[in-house]
Amino acid sequence: MQFMLLFSRQGKLRLQKWYVPLSDKERKKISRDLVQTILARKPKMCSFLEWRDLKIVYKRYASLYFCCAVEDQDNELITLEIIHRYVELLDKYFGSVCELDIIFNFEKAYFILDEFLLGGEAQETSKKNVLKAIEQADLLQEVSSFAVDRFSAH
Amino acid sequence: MPAPIRLRELIRTIRTARTQAEEREMIQKECAAIRSSFREEDNTYRCRNVAKLLYMHMLGYPAHFGQLECLKLIASQKFTDKRIGYLGAMLLLDERQDVHLLMTNCIKNDLNHSTQYVQGLALCTLGCMGSSEMCRDLAGEVEKLLKTSNSYLRKKAALCAVHVIRKVPELMEMFLPATKNLLSEKNHGVLHTSVVLLTEMCERSPDMLAHFRKNEKLVPQLVRILKNLIMSGYSPEHDVSGISDPFLQVRILRLLRILGKSDDDSSEAMNDILAQVATNTETSKNVGNAILYETVLTIMDIKSESGLRVLAINILGRFLLNNDKNIRYVALTSLLKTVQTDHNAVQRHRSTIVDCLKDLDVSIKRRAMELSFALVNGNNIRGMMKELLYFLDSCDPEFKADCASGVFLAAEKYAPSKRWHIDTIMRVLTTAGSYVRDDSVPNLIQLITNSVEMHAYTVQRLYKALLDDISQQPLVQVASWCIGEYGDLLVSGQCEEEEPIQVTEDEVLDVLEGLLVSNLSTPVTRGYALTAIMKLSTRFSSVNRIKKVVSIYGSSIDVELQQRAVEYNALFKKYDHMRPALLERMPIMEKTATNGPTEIVQTNGETEPSVVESKHPPPVTQPTNQANDLLDLLGGNDVVPVIQTTMPTKPASAGGELLDLLGDLSLSGGPPPAPAPSVPTSQPSFLLDGLSSQPLFNDIAAAGIPPMTAYNKNGLKIDFTFERANPNPNIAVITIHASNSTEADMTDFVFQAAVPKTFQLQLLSPSSNVVPALNQGTVTQVIRVLNPQKQQLRMRIKLTYTLKGSAVQDLAEVNNFPPQSWQ
Repeated sequence: MQFMLLFSRQGKLRLQKWYVPLSDKERKKISRDLVQTILARKPKMCSFLEWRDLKIVYKRYASLYFCCAVEDQDNELITLEIIHRYVELLDKYFGSVCELDIIFNFEKAYFILDEFLLGGEAQETSKKNVLKAIEQADLLQEVSSFAVDRFSAH
Repeated sequence: MPAPIRLRELIRTIRTARTQAEEREMIQKECAAIRSSFREEDNTYRCRNVAKLLYMHMLGYPAHFGQLECLKLIASQKFTDKRIGYLGAMLLLDERQDVHLLMTNCIKNDLNHSTQYVQGLALCTLGCMGSSEMCRDLAGEVEKLLKTSNSYLRKKAALCAVHVIRKVPELMEMFLPATKNLLSEKNHGVLHTSVVLLTEMCERSPDMLAHFRKNEKLVPQLVRILKNLIMSGYSPEHDVSGISDPFLQVRILRLLRILGKSDDDSSEAMNDILAQVATNTETSKNVGNAILYETVLTIMDIKSESGLRVLAINILGRFLLNNDKNIRYVALTSLLKTVQTDHNAVQRHRSTIVDCLKDLDVSIKRRAMELSFALVNGNNIRGMMKELLYFLDSCDPEFKADCASGVFLAAEKYAPSKRWHIDTIMRVLTTAGSYVRDDSVPNLIQLITNSVEMHAYTVQRLYKALLDDISQQPLVQVASWCIGEYGDLLVSGQCEEEEPIQVTEDEVLDVLEGLLVSNLSTPVTRGYALTAIMKLSTRFSSVNRIKKVVSIYGSSIDVELQQRAVEYNALFKKYDHMRPALLERMPIMEKTATNGPTEIVQTNGETEPSVVESKHPPPVTQPTNQANDLLDLLGGNDVVPVIQTTMPTKPASAGGELLDLLGDLSLSGGPPPAPAPSVPTSQPSFLLDGLSSQPLFNDIAAAGIPPMTAYNKNGLKIDFTFERANPNPNIAVITIHASNSTEADMTDFVFQAAVPKTFQLQLLSPSSNVVPALNQGTVTQVIRVLNPQKQQLRMRIKLTYTLKGSAVQDLAEVNNFPPQSWQ
């Protein structure tokens, strides 16, 4: 996978994960153009399209579009499953996830994504294991903040 | 200073902004606060501030001043700080920043941290955006972690290794030992990432691939794992709609594809499992189809037995009938890949594919169109063309150009009859005329000239189409050209194919003149129309009308039209005797791969204005060239008539006889034009100055066809040198070199040639009409001979010149052509 974008129906970016090195300017341009292209598509259309020289896989969940750019050899159908798995993870974590959850807790959305994918590939295929890891990390975060607040000098 | 506001608070506040300006103001205010907080080196709230900065960055605002702060967070001991720090690094720093490298040390430390979640953060960041330098520095650490027993870390290390290898391929070797036992893991995360790592290595290095095939016996291992996945019962942890770990299955199938490609043993070893997966996978949900899709791709790529291949194509056929358009799309894409190798199997699904032309989705339509063209053959051409033409009618403009080109190509290859071919072309021109590519116009014209018996029919249909609609330029251009060429057939009402229409000369000229004045006509089209009108002056009797039109355009604002009109005018006034020869029927143009008739015409390249050359399609420039040869307006008042003999094949003569030279000279209607004594000012660009006696084509010897002496009598020697015209090997380009060993110049030198009827000949302008005495120079002239049947070349030549006041004339036969010149 080269990148993943989450955006609303008004075209506002909610998450952008890039797995290829591109400058901020380039990223902005790609996001803007791609978002417009996808928003222009009709609902009955196919989830796949060729855009520039990339294969794009996208799916809409409620008010959010999940969009991935994959390489030529990647299986588009399984990419749809990857997107779906990510949504399921968010759903489990936030409890019936909606767009607002992702807006207000964007950093958590990133953390979850980073436990599921690494370098653009799935690192864990078990839903349970991903969620367990996140849970543990969250716990660690709490503990460390607590400990530092209580005992640290600086 | 009060504590900086919390992240959620900020988000809430910003969202209340009603205008862009209001939002910008809030952001700027907050950024200022954050900046001063950074300046104060506030550790407690740094994390919160960076998080806010990241939010604002996502909204599109600049956040570069936070880059160094991310580094400080990463270096902190608090896990919270590290988490946000690494996130910030991945969002704000890319490898082009210098700051990026400063992370290396922190990452190194964190890779060795006591807490696996910290190690995980480091591995994730490195694997996401590590630069080549960082990868080089830290590869050793990653390799260490690849061997750990902690599966949480092992799986991350595997994907991190993939990234390292992509960035620094030379480091691939160092990870090889660690891959030894990867596949014996039980943990699916490790298995999945290991398969990805092995795939990356095999794809990048053929040596690795061979190693894994032979030494590691990867294929049996993978087959075993895959089998377990399929056979094992329900496993809640990895289940997706009743299928066990589809992600892993798909990756294994992909790796098997790479291992099995071009390798018989590996392919055989995986035959059974592929058949099993192909037949047993549930197809009701997307996930099952995803696996089937990957399976099909693998079957098609390896050396599978034919039964398996048919199974694969049938799966694709079923996909085509699936309600889910994603599945249909994927099927069409795969079929497109396999149509070359398994053509017959794909043909069986032709009707379903053609149905997909009517799909609503653009991507599916495009795929279906490409696939349909790939499936057209001699047997199904009529039916397929009907569907494709219907598609052309109704499709979106973005498809029309490609579809039209495809139709032309297919029609050319498989047309069952010439009439069908012409009809199909007509259909495309009338329905999608304005989308047809520019290069189709000359190609079509060339096609039409080749269908000799259809000329009357073609010109009639084109004429009728013009009456209906003159807006589609390619159609209009082809039609004007044909009317100019075959107008005589049009008015004589001779048409075998269909009911001949009654058209008068005036009506035809009305139409052509209409094109000239219409707003819809482009300048190029107007050029075509004017030339067509001019050509009709030798075919129609209403010459006066044509003269009037031509003279009107002599003062046209359009420079191109003006030039043509002036030249044609001059043709009427001064060179009327040459007019029939110049404007006679075009010879059949030979087919060249890319440019069509351009090949013939380019050798005519006199010093024409480049505007003419580039703008006008070649068939039109030929008569224009001839006019220019005469008039050479650019060169001032020097006029050099050129003897241009094109020998049309004489259909009536009995088999194989040489043509009667005099009888077939197309310079009818008067004595051969007397060459003007002045020196020609226009030279074909690739012929050197004729005064040079150095053989022009030294490289011909290198090309292997030896030169020959064709004639040697009374002091006049004529040598032939040969060259093959690229790209058409059926054309021989002969250059004659005439030299004179007598004491006096041979003036008014004219060389003429005739060939048997299976050949076509084109004679270009000579370098001069004076052959200097005592071998002081040569006159050169280029002959192009088309020899499609590769028959033995023979030629009859006629020479005329004046020597010491008396006219000399001689005929000769040339039979000693070297075999390479015509074989």
